[in-house]
This record gives sequence, C-alpha cells and structure tokens, in this order.
Amino acid sequence: MDTSIALILAQDGITTGAVYALLAVGLVLVFAVTRVIFIPQGEMVTYGALTMVMLQAGAFPTTVWMLLAMGLAVFIKDVWSRLRPGAAPAGSHVLRNSALLNLLLPVVVYLLARLLPLQALDLPAQAALTLAIVAPLAPMWYRLAFEPLAHASVLVLLIVAVAVHFVMLGLGLAMFGAEGARSNPFSDLRFHLGPLSLSGQGLAVIVASVLIMAALSLFFNATVAGKALRATAVNRLGARLVGIEVAHSGQLAFLLAGLIGAFSGILIGPATTLYYDSGFVIGLKGFVGAIIGGMVSYPIAAGGALFVGLMEAYASFWASAYKEVLVFALIVPVLVWRSFSSHTLLDEEEE
Amino acid sequence: MMAGPASTRRAGQAGIVLWLVLMAAMAALPVPEFWITLANYIGMYSLVALGLVLLTGIAGMTSFGQAAFVGIGAYASAVLTTTYGASPWIGLVAGVAITVLAAVALGAITMRLSGHYLPLCTLAWGLSLFYLFGNLTLLGQFDGITGIPPINVFGFELRSGRHIYLLIWLMVALAVMATLNLLDSRSGRAIRALKGGVVMAESCGVNTARTKMLAFVLAAVLAGLSGWLYAHLQRAVNPTPFDLGAGIGYLFMAVVGGAGYVWGALVGAALMTLLGDWLQSVLPTLLGQSGNFEVVVTGLLMILLLQRAPAGIWPLLVRAVQWPFQRRTGSAPVAAELPPPAGLRAIRHARILPQRAKPAHGSPVLEVRLARKTFGGLVAVNDVSFSLAAGEIVGLIGPNGAGKSTMFNLVSGVLPLSAGEVHFMGERVDGRPSRWMARAGMARTFQHVRLMPAMSAIENVAIGAHLRGGKGALAGALRLNRTEEASLFAQARTQLERVGLGGDGLREAGSLALGQQRLLEIARALACDPVLLLLDEPAAGLRHQEKQALAAVLRQLRSEGVSVLLVEHDMDFVMGLVDRLVVMDFGSRIAEGVPEAVRSDPVVIEAYLGGVE
Repeated sequence: MDTSIALILAQDGITTGAVYALLAVGLVLVFAVTRVIFIPQGEMVTYGALTMVMLQAGAFPTTVWMLLAMGLAVFIKDVWSRLRPGAAPAGSHVLRNSALLNLLLPVVVYLLARLLPLQALDLPAQAALTLAIVAPLAPMWYRLAFEPLAHASVLVLLIVAVAVHFVMLGLGLAMFGAEGARSNPFSDLRFHLGPLSLSGQGLAVIVASVLIMAALSLFFNATVAGKALRATAVNRLGARLVGIEVAHSGQLAFLLAGLIGAFSGILIGPATTLYYDSGFVIGLKGFVGAIIGGMVSYPIAAGGALFVGLMEAYASFWASAYKEVLVFALIVPVLVWRSFSSHTLLDEEEE
Repeated sequence: MMAGPASTRRAGQAGIVLWLVLMAAMAALPVPEFWITLANYIGMYSLVALGLVLLTGIAGMTSFGQAAFVGIGAYASAVLTTTYGASPWIGLVAGVAITVLAAVALGAITMRLSGHYLPLCTLAWGLSLFYLFGNLTLLGQFDGITGIPPINVFGFELRSGRHIYLLIWLMVALAVMATLNLLDSRSGRAIRALKGGVVMAESCGVNTARTKMLAFVLAAVLAGLSGWLYAHLQRAVNPTPFDLGAGIGYLFMAVVGGAGYVWGALVGAALMTLLGDWLQSVLPTLLGQSGNFEVVVTGLLMILLLQRAPAGIWPLLVRAVQWPFQRRTGSAPVAAELPPPAGLRAIRHARILPQRAKPAHGSPVLEVRLARKTFGGLVAVNDVSFSLAAGEIVGLIGPNGAGKSTMFNLVSGVLPLSAGEVHFMGERVDGRPSRWMARAGMARTFQHVRLMPAMSAIENVAIGAHLRGGKGALAGALRLNRTEEASLFAQARTQLERVGLGGDGLREAGSLALGQQRLLEIARALACDPVLLLLDEPAAGLRHQEKQALAAVLRQLRSEGVSVLLVEHDMDFVMGLVDRLVVMDFGSRIAEGVPEAVRSDPVVIEAYLGGVE
C-alpha cells in the first residue's frame, strides 16, 4: 500500500466513521434517557436514505403512509387511555396536543409530499422533507412500543427494540422493494491538496457531522430541554421529583435519535448503495462505537465510531472477505480492557 | 382444602408422563410426515431455547449469539464426517468439545461484563462467526457442506425424519430432566442466585465468575447438541441457519415461552415454529408477496406479548390449568407454598455436616487496624481500629452516614480498603474477595435485604450452606447428590427453626414480612457455620417479641463461641445484648467501651443529640 491509497482509505474511513459516530451518539442518548438499546436506529438510516432516493426520483415516498398509520395508532392509544374505564383525569389539552402531533403533522407532511414538485426541489428542501417524514417515526415507536414498558428490564426493552427492528425491516421491504439504491451526490467537487484528493461529498459528510455534534453539545449544555434530558439520564426518579416529565424526555430522546438516524441516511445515501436491510449492520457499527464509549460518554463513543470507520476502510483493503469479522472482533479487546478497568463488586442497585 | 404442594407436584409429574406418551405416540402412529418435520424442528429449537432459559431467564445473562454455537456443533460434525470420514458420534464429541472451548474463550472475555455489554457482545460474535462460516474454505464458504452421513444407532441408520425424531426428542427429554435436576441442586441454586446480584452470591461463598461460566457453557453445549442433530437431519449445512437472525429467533422463543421456566423453552419453541409456519402459509394470500410480512406480524406480536405478559406464556398456561381447581377448592391460597426441593424430600438420608472448630473463648477473631475508605474526596471511613474476640457481641453504632455499612463492606471484602489492614483468625485478609471470607468463616446479612424472592425460604438458606457441600453440576444433573442435598437441607431447616421460621420454609421468600426476611438472612448466614457473624440492622422491622427471640438466638450463638458484630439503631436491643460498643461518627471512631460507659460519654451524646451551643 502506498501513501496515496492509505490516504484515500483514511478519507473513506473518516467519512463513514463520521456517520457511525452520529449513530453512536444517538444510541448513547436514547440508552441513557430510556434504557432502550435502539436497534432500529439502523432502519432510521435506510428509511432516510431510501426516502430521499424516492423524492429525487419524483416518486411519492411510501414512508408517508407509515407515518400516517403510526400517527393514527398513537392518537388512538391516547384517546383510549383517556376514555377507557378508570382512566386518570387529564386536561383536554392532552388530546388536542396529541391530535396536532400525531394527526395534523403527518397530514401536513402528506400534503407537502403530494403537492410539491419533489424532483425539482433543491437538496436542503428534499432533506428537510425526508427528515419530516422519517424522524417522527422514532418517537411514535417510543409511544407505542416502549413507553408502556418504561419500568421493564433492559432485557425486555432490548427484545422489544429487536421486534421493532423486525417490523421496520419487513415494512421496509414492502415500501422500498428489494432493489438497492443510491441518492444523488451533494457535490462533484474535488479538492487537491498535494497527494491528497478530497471529494466534496466526503467533506460535506464530515462537516455536517461535526456541525450536528456541535449543535447537540449546545443543546445539552445551554437549553432547559437539553439539561432536562441529561438530568433524566443521570437519575430518572430524581428528574421526576424536580418536575421533569420522564415520558417527554423519552420522546425527545427518540426524536433526536430519529433525526440523527435519518440525517445519517441522507449523508451516506450518495456514497453507498443501500438496501432495505442494510440498516442493521450500519446501526451495529454505530453500536461498536457506543460500546467503546461504555454507552455513557458521547465523545468517547464518537471517537470509537470514527475508529470503527477507519478500521473498516483498511480491513476492506487488506482482507475484504473478513471485513465484518474484523470490525466486530474489534469489540473484544475493548471489552477486555473495560472488564479489567472496572473493578467494582457492588451491584448497581436495582432500578 | 387447597391444592397443596404435594398434589401440585403429582399433577406436574402426571403432565410430564402424558407429554412423553404423546410424543412417543407421534412416532408410532401414521402421523403425516409434515408434522414429524415440524416436531423435529421444535425439538432442536427447544434444546437451544432451554440453554437460553438457563442462561438468560435463570442466570440473568442475555445472549443473541446462541445460533453461532449451533453452527459450531453442526460444522464440527459436518467437517469430521465428510472430510475425514469419521462417525457422527465422533462428530458429536468433537462438536461438544469445540463448543465448550469456544464458549470458554468467549465467556472469559464477556462473562465479567454486566448489563447491556453482554447482549451487545453476543450480537457481535453472532455476526462474526456467521461471516467466518461463510468465508472459510474448509467450511465450504457460503455454499456450505453437503453429503453428511446419517447418524447410526447400533447399526441402524437414522435416514428419515421419522427415524431421527425419536433421537431428537429423547435428547430433549433428557436435557429437560437434567436441567430440572440441576436447578434443584447445589450448583443450580448458585446459578439461580446470580440474578440476585454478585454481592449476595459471593457473600455465601459462590464463585460467581465460575458459576456464570458454567451457565454459559451449558447453554452453549445444548446449542451445539442441537447443531449436531441439525447437521445429520439435513445432511447438509450452510451458514444461513446460524446467522444473527436465527440467534435472535432463539431468544424470542425463550422469552415468548417464559424465559424463567424450563418448560417455557419448549412452549416458546413450539409456538414460534408453528406461528412462523402458519404465517408463511397465510400471509402471502392475505397481503401479497411483495413484503416480508411474516417478520412484521411476528414483531408486532412480540411487542404486544411483552407489554401484556412480560413473563411469557408458560406462567399463563399454568394459571389457566390451575384455575378450575382453585375455584373448586375455594379461594386462591393466601400464602402459597412451593413444591419441596429434592433435598427436603430425601431428608431421611441426611448426615450431620461437619462443623468448623470454634476458636477458644476470648481469643482474637477480628482485628481492624486503621481502616480507611475514600470515595473520591469523601472519607467514608477514617482510620478506624477495633477488634473482636471469640464469643463476643460487639455493636457498631453511630448516626446515619457515620460509615457503619461501609465498614461492614470493608470487613467482608465487598469493598477494597483505601488503606489499613483487616485481620481475621490471625490472617491478614484485606484485599481478599468476599467468598474467601465466607470460606474462612465470616457470614453477613445486608442492610437492604438481599434474598431470592421467588425461591422458597429454605432454598435461600441452603444457598448459605453452599460451601458446606461440594457436588458439582454433573452430580446435580444426574441426581448423584442425594445424601449431600439432604444434609444441606437438614442444616437449612435447623437454621430456619433456630430463627423461628420453621413453619415457613416452603413459602416464597418474597412473600415474607420484612422482619421475617431479615431473620431469613440471618438463618442463611448461620447455614455457612460462621465464626464471625456480621449483622446489618438485624432488628429493623421486627416486633418486640421477635426482637427478644433474636436476642436469645444471638446469646446462644455467643455461648457456642460465635462472635457477632452488629450495626443497629435500636438502642434497647443493642444495650441489653452487646458486650462492647464501637461508636462511629463522620467516618471516625469516637468512642469504644462497655454500653454503660458509652452511654454516658459526652462525645457520643454530642454526636447523637448535637452539642450545646
């Protein structure tokens, strides 16, 4: 391998690593706030990328149907929990808000997708519409699948997450078909820095990832909602006692994860051909990063994910058949190191 | 009359016999080949799910990677029988051996991890092994291996599904029996205790790392066995049935059936197999061929099931069967008793367990020298020294937050000291794990009761006697442990009677009142035959008479040469009982002496009531 190949691989690795890093941050966020290991994060990626492909092809995005259906399901759940015998009394604003979020919003998105000249839209508008279609699915899943199990064990939540992953996978096949697709590249620019040839595409991905991380960091450190999320992550009971609605925190965390996932899909859509079932392995690589971060530290998780991307790029050059084995075997030394560095015998108290 | 545990047990045995007869009848009757095929798959899946029940439902460790172990068992035998022409039985032995090796290697890395690390790690190795199967030329890459010979039993080749059916279900039946036996044995109780947390199990002398590994290896062996059967039923292997999806499917089976119940594995395997088969035939006609709606419906059903019945189908089935009986026999039993464990049923074979030689009265037992514990900048225990002699009861008292429970954790090896020394029975013991302390004769109770709430009271006490037996998992699974089990349960019963819970042995520990649970913990500690007993607030939650009875028990122990160190807030209880008091405040020892002297010590009074301004 000469320097130029090494540099190209490094660039590839950093680009995919940046996306894994975003996913890792989303996973850590959802886990910290709700204890859910959000396996369907990978599906958010494929849904985002493939919805974008549909928009760019000028086709009506089938994912909108899913948004409408899930919104309706959440609304019915809210109506039922208000009207069922023995329901706790609540203000009428609860149902009104639920109708706004779960009925009106999907309908507005539907109308936009029907009425706008999808193919002619510029890239940011297409991306925004994609996010509006795909990202709300995550908090809706939280409401339907995870919220009723808020007190269940991590294992039960994990299995529900896997079940949600299966549902989204099966629906993905129905919505997108078995064919793979690639979205249009953001830019065809190439920069030349000595031996290094940077693609505008790769640069855009890296810049976008860094910007999102910065925005998240600002959100967590400078806004009340962000601080409430952090408080919930540290101690659910304590957060409740100071008046933070844990269910809201959960929804918010899922929404952020949905946004991150769908946006990651938009970012990698032009670089790789994605199939309806590509999400799982992509999400898992985000996980490997998150595991390196111990599921608690955002910067370490992001750094770990970056490392995974680099590792993948070089592994695909040297031993492409064993690429996946190498990437997943990467967790082993990390876990060994973790298991020897944490030496507390005292169990975490039961939640 | 309500249905007692004995009749429940008989009903259970009748159910098992009925099940065995039905399964055998299926082979003899002209049942359609298709049913036999389904039954074969259910049997093979049951074996894997059974391992997961042991690992996930009972020991509390989640694995998505069992399909990889199935693959190891299948591929090992496939390679040996095709490339090297070995007998399938050699393939079985080799397959199990390789599965064990792989499990030990993976377990060594992952077993010490808690919580979510392990399931994520299993995802990773499940994926890695799949790609490895698919890329190794020795294993035929993604095409797999064909032409695997059938299993040969005494010269008879099991060529058809109908032939191998009996072998599969014989193995399932043996595996179920062995698992049930194991869980009702010394090793099995240690596995069940894992779910209660490492601290409790270790304080009873259980080597939790080894026990976790045991559960992990057993689950892997069951999976490998299933893989061996699969390879010789299909006569061909390729990587697909061993991918991560299959691993997730196995976990679904265990969870759907009821991960906490041995029979849940069979119910789950049957249900998921039949459901999958039915959905595959029904859905395409309903929803068209364009999507993979089988996964969608399965996923939605999983979500609904976990929201409605997180413990799985098996407990619902049991309740449904019991319901008409309970209605006939009157109201539901208030304090239901669990069926008696095997050791209790065989109690006539009990022998007296050997007892530790107690140190001479007055000889030093425990000596704490300048013990110090810091958490970051906080000094929780600040250079505290005290000692305890054989046959002495010492009270460790002080206001809340004085560091008493931390002191307990330091002495019992739960927390490492930051500085200082602990000597026990003339040996320096700080830095040793708490199971070593238990072996040396130190037993403890906890401020927040740590019991296995779903186990019977007497089984909880039997966990305490863990170190007084020595039979391993194999002896447990094959019931070669009757005398030892009987002796352990005789010991457990003695200790239960001693603390006044003799009549409650078969009640669920979680159904006892808090005070009784504390007494149960004391009985568990006594079952370890301790030289030194550490009791953390033993009288909290006890009624007056129970306190008096407890004090009598402790005095009796003192007269037998046992030393007691107790943390307690109930001053009436403490003052009338202890020989000496050690008073702590803000991590430091502020007084020590006989109760009367401490009671009038101005420093102590100030610590408790505040100084006069």
